[in-house]
Amino acid sequence: MSDQPVGQPPTAPVLSGAESEVGAVPAQATASAPSTPRPYGGYFDEVADALAQAYPGVAQAVERSIVDRGELTLHVRREKLRDLAQSLRDDQDLRFELLASLSGVHYPTDAGRELHVVYELTSMTHNRRVRLEVAAPDDDPHVPSVVAVWPTADFQERETWDMFGVIFDGHPALTRIMMPDDWPGHPQRKDYPLGGIAVEYKGATIPPPDERRQYA
Amino acid sequence: MGLEENLPSGFLLTSVEKLAGTARKNSLWPASFGLACCAIEMMASGAGRYDLARFGMEVFRASPRQADLMIVAGRVSQKMAPVLRQIYDQMVEPKWVLAMGVCASSGGMFNNYAIVQGVDHVVPVDMYLPGCPPRPEMLMHAILELHERIQVMKLGPNAKKQAQEREIDALEAVPTHEMKGLLR
Amino acid sequence: MTTTDPYAGVRETTEGRVYTVTGGDWDDLAADVTTEHAERVVVNMGPQHPSTHGVLRLILELDGETITQARLAIGYLHTGIEKNCEYRNFTQAVTFLTRADYLSPLFTETGYSMAVEKLLGITDEVPVRAQVIRVMMMELNRISSHLVWLGTGGLEVGALSAMLYAFRERELILDIFEMVTGLRMNHAYIRPGGVIQDLPPGAVEKIREFVQLMPGKVDEYSNLLTGQPIWIARLQGIGYLDVNACVALGVTGPLLRAAGLPWDLRKSQPYCGYETYEFDVPTQQEGDCFARFLVRLDEIRESVKIVEQCLDRLRPGPVMVEDKKIAWPAQLALGADGMGNSLDHIRHIMATSMESLIHHFKLVTEGFHVPPGQVYVPIESPRGQLGVHLVSDGGTKPYRVHLREPSFVNLQAVPAVCEGSLIADVIASVASLDPVMGGCDR
Repeated sequence: MSDQPVGQPPTAPVLSGAESEVGAVPAQATASAPSTPRPYGGYFDEVADALAQAYPGVAQAVERSIVDRGELTLHVRREKLRDLAQSLRDDQDLRFELLASLSGVHYPTDAGRELHVVYELTSMTHNRRVRLEVAAPDDDPHVPSVVAVWPTADFQERETWDMFGVIFDGHPALTRIMMPDDWPGHPQRKDYPLGGIAVEYKGATIPPPDERRQYA
Repeated sequence: MGLEENLPSGFLLTSVEKLAGTARKNSLWPASFGLACCAIEMMASGAGRYDLARFGMEVFRASPRQADLMIVAGRVSQKMAPVLRQIYDQMVEPKWVLAMGVCASSGGMFNNYAIVQGVDHVVPVDMYLPGCPPRPEMLMHAILELHERIQVMKLGPNAKKQAQEREIDALEAVPTHEMKGLLR
Repeated sequence: MTTTDPYAGVRETTEGRVYTVTGGDWDDLAADVTTEHAERVVVNMGPQHPSTHGVLRLILELDGETITQARLAIGYLHTGIEKNCEYRNFTQAVTFLTRADYLSPLFTETGYSMAVEKLLGITDEVPVRAQVIRVMMMELNRISSHLVWLGTGGLEVGALSAMLYAFRERELILDIFEMVTGLRMNHAYIRPGGVIQDLPPGAVEKIREFVQLMPGKVDEYSNLLTGQPIWIARLQGIGYLDVNACVALGVTGPLLRAAGLPWDLRKSQPYCGYETYEFDVPTQQEGDCFARFLVRLDEIRESVKIVEQCLDRLRPGPVMVEDKKIAWPAQLALGADGMGNSLDHIRHIMATSMESLIHHFKLVTEGFHVPPGQVYVPIESPRGQLGVHLVSDGGTKPYRVHLREPSFVNLQAVPAVCEGSLIADVIASVASLDPVMGGCDR
């Protein structure tokens, strides 16, 4: 399902225009930053404690907790995502009723964990925000679907499937939503070219954006 | 098509051409094909301040069967292209297409997998209007230019001759990227 | 005798015989159909349709005139904006993102600029004047977006004059935008670090004139529509969506407030200094189309109040961050051949300061580097919660930009709102959801 687009030569660089190796390390840095030590500050400690109480297996479920730029990110194992999501929504002290955003990110340098799905949760009751991040490898891009917990995930999971090739197990109708139904490939992956054409001007041709001279 | 197409070339045909041209240009009804930002500017052109109705474009017909002019206003995605062609085919002759905005004319700033790089890949275009989005005045200027072209449109055997001449010109034309000496 | 039409005809499918009707001889079709007894009719509305807010395709299964099932097909305006941003530096990406939701471009720009500033860590260094201008432009955009909603919503329901009046006021706002940003739509005015140029002389007076004029106009719309029996009959009781359904479906914005929950990000998670402004959050209880109409009219009034407060608290000052390694464009002025860097600035970088020249050069060719990390910044756009999820890998280009567009998420409510109602109510309900397909499909 997540195969390369048929007949498309990989013309674009793997990382968005950053030709040097300097670009390679920082992408890794985002994807595998170390856990922030406790105390986190703000309401993040309350959230972490309430989660530990509501979901006893939290130590196995949450691989890392990172507090960066005023936001808490919990890296969750994909098998435990569904139950954790249920606790986050239902427990009284957590009450994250609104799944604000669900998006995919593709880190081709993060071997074995290339496809990340990022869930932004908002608790309207407590006015809090938390982020969950789940990783899946390219050759087994399955992530459990959270549509049963937050129905708003329906279209957003379909978009992540369409754009990245992440298969959400348990989704009622996982079909393409943005691209035509028979489109090959998953456009927003890093190994899918931008797909532009050279533009003709009077006397010159300018190549498409992903093939132009890069300065960084 | 009609009686006017079967008239023999001569003084009578020329007079009929003038009359037909005036009639067609003064009541050109657009088919609403507003897609994105340019559609909002098209709506603003039809609203109170920049009134398009004074040029005869009284109503934006919803049904393509009743429309003459298709203003493709906005970016045409790969998914939308077959729909665009279907609407164009459903329009009745004589019909004209105005590509409004850079996205319709050439793909615009979106040079990527999702956007058709110019609707002339899908339908034949009579007027290209650049702009992102073009101001209502620019749209009106393009429509008036199109009016000029419609006024001088030929019928019957004259039209066939004109089409043949145009084809010869197009086949012999210099490709854009070979026009030398213009980039300063 | 049936002429073969490539778009119309009969085909056998696994579900039975399917007739596609786009014109042609009705007698042939009727003769064929009388042998069929099933009453399931599937009607396709769109993507080219005068009443579906842009390129939205609704697939409706009808029983008579009642809708038994409604499905959506979107993606007809998918532009690949998010992927395009990965090939531009952080400042250039604004020009793409601004065209996502083309009726409220300044909100997308602000959300993205705030996300970049959060990643850079310069949120507190954005000058106060830039924050005030941002709030003012955003609220003016909110008014113009609601006016388009009012105009097109009225047009679809049948109140054609609402369109002319709403667009008349919208032209005034577009004049203000043109004076300040240079463009009527898709401005790329708010960029990471502040805004690109200060308000020109005369702008404050023009905005003040508008602020004095607008409340009277809102009263005019109210007089025209609120008590009108046909308007009430078309909108009241239609398209009901209660709070639980809204939150479950992720629906935010005027729909959630019309259902009764006063959730507004400007109050609960304020940004850009919103906590210092005095305004109310209009709420209704009924959760139907009429309630959403009232909420949006009241929001226009509140926005006018906020713009007035902005005008009163404008003080002279810079409009871009101090740090010269990030601030770009810095000094634009009206030159002989149009807009460009001011001659003083050019003299400074070419003749006086080598450092400024280097900064300018690096900013224009490379762009600034943003430390690695990811942020999510939600703001309150006219349609609901607009979130920008930005991931940086330490380079000069965004690694991933994702827009959580309210139109995309709100459209999931269409089946919930339409099923069981009549076709005409579908149009009113979808209009009250206020989807902008550019934002929905990006």
